[in-house]
Amino acid sequence: MDRVYILIMGFLSVVIVNNFVFTKFLGTCPYLGVSGRLDTAFGMGLAVTFVTAMSGILTWLIDFYVLVPLGLEITRYICYIVVIAGAVQLVEMYVKKFFPMLNKSFGIFLPLISTNCVILGLCLFINIWGTDNLLEVAVLSTGTGFGFAVAICIMAAIRENLILADVPDSFKGAPITLITAGLLTLAFMGFTGMIR
Amino acid sequence: MADENSVKINYLAALTAGLWRENPTFRLLIGMCPPLAVTTAVKPALTMGLSVIFVLVCSNLAISLMRNLLKPHLRIIMFTLSIATFVTICDLYLRAFQPVMSEILGAYVPLIIVNCIIIFRAEACASKNNVWVSILDGIGSGTGFTIALCIIAGIREILASGTIFGIAVMPRGFVPWAAMQMPVGAFVTLGLLLGLASMLTTKRAS
Repeated sequence: MDRVYILIMGFLSVVIVNNFVFTKFLGTCPYLGVSGRLDTAFGMGLAVTFVTAMSGILTWLIDFYVLVPLGLEITRYICYIVVIAGAVQLVEMYVKKFFPMLNKSFGIFLPLISTNCVILGLCLFINIWGTDNLLEVAVLSTGTGFGFAVAICIMAAIRENLILADVPDSFKGAPITLITAGLLTLAFMGFTGMIR
Repeated sequence: MADENSVKINYLAALTAGLWRENPTFRLLIGMCPPLAVTTAVKPALTMGLSVIFVLVCSNLAISLMRNLLKPHLRIIMFTLSIATFVTICDLYLRAFQPVMSEILGAYVPLIIVNCIIIFRAEACASKNNVWVSILDGIGSGTGFTIALCIIAGIREILASGTIFGIAVMPRGFVPWAAMQMPVGAFVTLGLLLGLASMLTTKRAS
């Protein structure tokens, strides 16, 4: 029961309290770039969740069973990047085959998931947190991806309404989006300290 | 003679493009994580900027040297692998000689690997131009990025703690804005600066 409690708390922590987008600024590029429409944002969130979960688990396995026993920590970053690029390639092939429409609306942003900071950031933070059990890693990775999906969906929903707002000319586009993101962060700060 | 001149202009353009016309942060809006994450004070921002310059110049150099050997579908992975190598060097150097900064920057140093600026410059410049142009382009873009980081960090540090480089600059009785230290401050400062930048550009254009 205790283990389950820890897992649930860990999941909620990375989704709400320590959301990577709001507290660590990771994944800001797609967060600002792809959040124009809700359906695209949702698809992007799902793709990122999948890639994060997979690469989080894989990099932890590689780290734990190969790099550390052999003393090859120096090549850590290079290994991580190769794993992430592979996972993204897999998603790209899948989306191209089964959701050609979605593929068109993603455009260049789909292959660019491999340079999404959320994913590499998660792999590095799992390493920093020193998590030593596969189940926890799986839960944390899925939660992080899910947190990104939540953030980008909220942002997209706000921006769809923002089109109707009367914004000064020079603040249209990125500036007002960033300020909106700031206010959103302020709202999410209300959760600070609730867990961990 | 004319040929020599145009070559010179080409080099100069490569160096100055990144400073304002193609400034990664204010104009192209790429690589947005570090300007938000490491700008609570000027010193870490400057360290970050210098690391990015180092990685950008080295990776531009390497990619420019192998540009004729690259296969289109393996391009991105080759870019990221060479970038990851230089970032590893940079990370080890910081850990050995600047342990305090390394501690503050933490995971954001390895995250330079996925910084869009570096891949973008590799794709847009280094994979098409010769070595010298690529190096100058790396210096230019990196400097533009560093200046942007320092501007944001300067504003945030002055307002959040009344200091710059740790030296007090604000008059006594100044109440620090705690919000500027937090993520909110980062987003709002950058948003306002971007608005200002686009206002200046439209004014100049008209």
